Amino acid sequence: MSEHSSAPASIPADVSGTTGRAARHAVTTESRLVQGVALGIAFVFLALFLLLPLITVFLEAFKRGFDTYLAAFSEPDAQSAIRLTLTVAAIAVPLNLVFGVAASWAIAKFSFPGKSFLITLIDLPFSVSPVVSGLVFVLLFGAQGYFGPFLQAHNISIIFALPGIVIATVFVTFPFVARELIPLMQEQGNTDEEAALSLGASGFTTFRTVTLPNIRWGLLYGVLLCNARAMGEFGAVAVVSGHIRGLTNTMPLHIEILYNEYNIAAAFAVASLLALLALITLAAKSILEWRFADSLAGRGGH
Amino acid sequence: MVSRLTVFSRRGVLAMASAAAVVLAGLAGAAPAQAQTTLLNVSYDPTRELYRQINEVFQAKWKKDTGEDVVVRTSHGGSGGQANKVIEGLEADVVTLGIASDIDLIARETGLIPKDWREKLPNHGLPYTSTVVFVVRKGNPKNIRNWDDLVRDDVKIITPNPKTSAGGRWNFLSAWGFVLDHGGDDAKAREFVTKFYKNVPVLDPGARGSTISFAQRDLGDVLPAWENEAHLILSEFGAEKFDIVVPPFSISAEPPVALVVGNVDKKGTRKAAEAYLDFLYSPEAQTIIAKNWYRPSRPETVAAGGVPEFQKLKLFRAEDKFGDWATIQKRFFGESSVFDEISKAIAQK
Amino acid sequence: MAAVATAREGWLPRFRQKSVIPGFGLAFGYTLVYLGIIVLIPLGGLILRASGIGLSGLWNVATDPRVAGALKLSFGTALLAAVFAAVFGLLIAWVLTRYRFPGRRLIDAAVDLPFALPTAVAGIALSALYAQNGLIGSIFAPYGIKIAYTPVGIFIALVFVSVPFTVRTVQPLIAEIDREQEEASATLGASRAQTIWRVLLPPLIPAILTGLALAFARAVGEYGSVIFIAGNLPYISEIAPLLIVIKLEEFDYTGATAIATLMLAISFSILLLINLIQAWSRKRFGYV
Repeated sequence: MSEHSSAPASIPADVSGTTGRAARHAVTTESRLVQGVALGIAFVFLALFLLLPLITVFLEAFKRGFDTYLAAFSEPDAQSAIRLTLTVAAIAVPLNLVFGVAASWAIAKFSFPGKSFLITLIDLPFSVSPVVSGLVFVLLFGAQGYFGPFLQAHNISIIFALPGIVIATVFVTFPFVARELIPLMQEQGNTDEEAALSLGASGFTTFRTVTLPNIRWGLLYGVLLCNARAMGEFGAVAVVSGHIRGLTNTMPLHIEILYNEYNIAAAFAVASLLALLALITLAAKSILEWRFADSLAGRGGH
Repeated sequence: MVSRLTVFSRRGVLAMASAAAVVLAGLAGAAPAQAQTTLLNVSYDPTRELYRQINEVFQAKWKKDTGEDVVVRTSHGGSGGQANKVIEGLEADVVTLGIASDIDLIARETGLIPKDWREKLPNHGLPYTSTVVFVVRKGNPKNIRNWDDLVRDDVKIITPNPKTSAGGRWNFLSAWGFVLDHGGDDAKAREFVTKFYKNVPVLDPGARGSTISFAQRDLGDVLPAWENEAHLILSEFGAEKFDIVVPPFSISAEPPVALVVGNVDKKGTRKAAEAYLDFLYSPEAQTIIAKNWYRPSRPETVAAGGVPEFQKLKLFRAEDKFGDWATIQKRFFGESSVFDEISKAIAQK
Repeated sequence: MAAVATAREGWLPRFRQKSVIPGFGLAFGYTLVYLGIIVLIPLGGLILRASGIGLSGLWNVATDPRVAGALKLSFGTALLAAVFAAVFGLLIAWVLTRYRFPGRRLIDAAVDLPFALPTAVAGIALSALYAQNGLIGSIFAPYGIKIAYTPVGIFIALVFVSVPFTVRTVQPLIAEIDREQEEASATLGASRAQTIWRVLLPPLIPAILTGLALAFARAVGEYGSVIFIAGNLPYISEIAPLLIVIKLEEFDYTGATAIATLMLAISFSILLLINLIQAWSRKRFGYV
């Protein structure tokens, strides 16, 4: 996929030494031996640190046979965990999607002072520990928190219930869509929109018919990452969930519970479902990058 | 242009605001909306299997007796952490925690539980008791028989963090009590317990985590565990891999239950919640309790053949040796307590 | 909300530069409101709580030996893991951009695995692998080397989460390297090693540092993957985020808030640092 955005078209694909032959080959790349060693180290590193854990998930999941594997999902608690995870993602992702579009519109299409500070603030949830992300909501909405007495008086439960899990998830997945769209929209500039507006299109029509098609792949890409994180979040959700079986356990929390009930095979079975989701996310992401490299913002960082 | 823009923004903001409001209202409303009576039992770590069985029987019985549906949900974790969740607003109808001081803490911090909760139920709110026994590797290769074997240099102990786990606190108190009972004073006991924690390679937040470390991950030589947990390990991981050693002397571990009065009155679940707690003392529940290797408080009511052979050993009560629970908690496990000093001493070595 | 937006319309035209593109008030207003509700108010609540403790109180908590031990462990292992990941990340990025080999695209996609794989899943998988009876742990166990439940296990989990950051920040820059420079360097008689060291590496440094900082920020706060593989022993293998959870469970809000505030301050400083690196690199090399 590195031909995608990271390799601009100006660099010929053959440059790494397959053509150009002797002289050119020698000066712009390493000797065969060095190449081999570098490749070997990279392979071993990736296999050891990334692939092996992934394979382990599936091996452990099927260790006790396919029936045990399926049985892990027929449990009502497992099903309710899956339902809860889907519900949380279904609320958190659209909220952050709308925000991402609004924020990138404001930031990329206009210039105003303090812009980079605003971007830093949007980035903040990336670097905050998930545990802190959960803690802040306990401090706000917990019975001993700032809004605790108010919420209790009005019989609204946030912490240890669905709203708390949703809010914590929204927090940790906050920057994903925005961060994907901002550089993309900045690259694309305002000319298309200005043309549409001068032809008499309304603001909303311009957005729908001009901007949206331009950013759709970047948007999808951001949504994919946002969704993967929303479904897989553990730390923040662990702090705000009451860990009530069948009620406030998301899939990652259910994995922990199964693990704590000596049900290792079932824990890995549920884990394999999340791992599968990760693989699908990666596949979709790679396809997007490969096919629509031009309409994605420069990769790097997040 | 300008006027149209303003309208556009205003309408847009209104639309978004109302969309957000609908979502939030839906969220807030989704939580309390429940069709049938739902009870939440907030419990400590190793009772997962016990309450799954009890809940099933209670739900069926309640349906038969009243014609109403009741669902009992459970939440498990280190006892201290669970108490804290109730304090922070987890709406437990009943708490079934690992140690009395955790219920005292809820009572003191929130007033949701009356201070005299011990007197509301039979046997001071104890449907069962338990004790601390040792799980060792098969054949007991390190020849561990009693508490003083645990502090030998060649023994590694797996025990949970006493700050967050009730089981961890019972282990701590039992080791301390052992020294006092064998003619030692507090200084000797502190030395003993320091050696004990020096032998601990992993300090999990809950009893269940310790079991996983010991049984699943093959860490350590001995797991001082709740008696019920010890037997569960044998049935879950295979009796061919572990042995249970019952020391001649141990603590009477007392995990009490209480009604969270403030919550049940708010939720209107008092009747079912009270019945649930009473049910724990019934012959049916006492039989389930005994079968799971908890020592029933009414062994005489247990159905014939229901009581396993509990081994006899000398038991002591924490309150007899160390004073009331407030004192115990503060002295051994609170801020800058004995346990803190011990951890510090171990780290500095 | 609407009132806020209309009020803004009055002064915004002066606040921002003129543009025919509509929707600034809406988009900007919504961004600020949403950012405020989701991020700023909650973090503000944390800081407000921390201000109740006071600076001296914060200092007391931070210098408490157990907290200091956890912070030292978190920062130490996170820094080590980030540096380790930065070195290998550079190598991987180089291999992926410069060499052609079968399965390259697959490997490239795999680099993002830690982004997509839930941390709890990674945690149980890593601890199954590196425990004494695990696939890798059992290789080391006979020599008395323990990986899981020691700081080494924490390090491994943190490397896992760090890798994509360090690869993805340098990869685009390696792809953009101007071949002319390399050729010029070679023509002038430099060996390949000299060319790499003197010509190719310097412009990559800001990106490497950025990747390192991002990886470090992520690793310091990591919880899910570490919790299963760390020994959780106070002073030895107890990470700062776990200590926050333990303090919460112990009902010690002051402690939890203080540690959280310290970590938040650090996160913010790292973001600031990244911005500074990028500003410096723009000045020094003309691009990021």
